[in-house]
Amino acid sequence: MMLTLSLVGKDVVVELKNDLSICGTLHSVDQYLNIKLTDISVTDPEKYPHMLSVKNCFIRGSVVRYVQLPADEVDTQLLQDAARKEAMQQKQ
Amino acid sequence: MCGILKIIFDEVKMCQPTTNTVEEPLDLIRLSLDERIYVKMRNDRELRGRLHAYDQHLNMILGDVEETVTTVEIDEETYEELYKSTKRNIPMLFVRGDGVVLVAPPLRVG
Repeated sequence: MMLTLSLVGKDVVVELKNDLSICGTLHSVDQYLNIKLTDISVTDPEKYPHMLSVKNCFIRGSVVRYVQLPADEVDTQLLQDAARKEAMQQKQ
Repeated sequence: MCGILKIIFDEVKMCQPTTNTVEEPLDLIRLSLDERIYVKMRNDRELRGRLHAYDQHLNMILGDVEETVTTVEIDEETYEELYKSTKRNIPMLFVRGDGVVLVAPPLRVG
């Protein structure tokens, strides 16, 4: 699964479908693409819930719109090869 | 016993030649890997970026992305529609497939 490709431990920004953006360290991802983040903070001017007391959170995969990834931590060649392989496997 | 059967079936699947021909819509997307694409999403959003990965759900990873969000403001008195678009750039983005409506090569003028 793409997201797990060693991005665990890196900082990401998860943008939800309700327009809330949460910055945090990627702790884990599961088969539904549910995400656990640690040490979170709300990015964008804190116009949305001030989750000041929340350190860790679990995000249901279905409410995610985007996950912003650190570009330099991503091996694009590896991703493209993995996508081609997965596309072939899906057809069979 | 059922474990051994599974191993045999998987072995047979791997021996079948993988096809490089374009057969189904997802194959058209495969042709766009490492190319710039245009993605239309729900809620009047559009993305333009380089396609690095995708899957059968149309989850995608795009690089060098420009997101455009289009809004309509209506003047209360004149009922005039004012279309505004907001853009932002994101170096590397995972996009969840359930928001994707259309995938195409970037729209070219001329």
